[in-house]
Amino acid sequence: MPDDIEAIAEQVFAALADPSRRAILAALASGGPATATDLAARLPITRQAIAKHLALLTEAGLVTAEPGERRRVRYRLRSAPMKVAQQFLAALARDWDSPLDALKEHLDRGA
Amino acid sequence: MGFPDRIERTVELAHPPAKVWAALTTAEGLAAWFGEEADIDLRPGGAARMRWASGYSVEMRVERVEEPAVFGFTWQIEELPEDDPRRTYVEFTLEPAGAGTRLKVVETGFAQLPEDSYRKVYDGHVQGWASELGELTGYLDAR
Repeated sequence: MPDDIEAIAEQVFAALADPSRRAILAALASGGPATATDLAARLPITRQAIAKHLALLTEAGLVTAEPGERRRVRYRLRSAPMKVAQQFLAALARDWDSPLDALKEHLDRGA
Repeated sequence: MGFPDRIERTVELAHPPAKVWAALTTAEGLAAWFGEEADIDLRPGGAARMRWASGYSVEMRVERVEEPAVFGFTWQIEELPEDDPRRTYVEFTLEPAGAGTRLKVVETGFAQLPEDSYRKVYDGHVQGWASELGELTGYLDAR
């Protein structure tokens, strides 16, 4: 996975743009580590699609594969890239806050 | 049977049929855009397989090889047990279009699926072909 913040954030946002991948991440977040077969049984997503999505999520660093035999490889959520993406959003949110604060002050003065 | 049996998609690729053919029919090509690993014995009746790091793999059987125009294979249906004999048939047709290729993919055989797995498999493959053809385009454009 890439090391600069912007590239990491970009991969996180691209990964989260797909509803099936959000469902996979949500299942891992709520149910803990799971195999591709477990995920296919729990979600309305085929095993082949799960395999493709897990490959992309691994590439983005959002999940890690725990070593195991074929078909028993378990995937675990990795939150570090999410935190990077969160910092990215927080930085943007700060920029949005200042004009809003200015507006609030202006309205307060008029009240 | 009230289910649609087939999925058909056409994509225009800015690459000549020979290059598209190689992406579809070689282990190197298939592993780059479709599976994460692949092997293929390219002749009618030949075995092919794609694998992913998660341990999921799909067995395919090559059915039609008419270079560089028609490539067909059958493959396992992922929601059925490993030893279930039912397969869907996928056929790629390549047609020159200017300097590029018009690639058509037709997958048939969904009507034989049981009701409880039909929707998941059919919808999965509709989405699957949309994303796979996107990846194929990306792979070819990057080369």
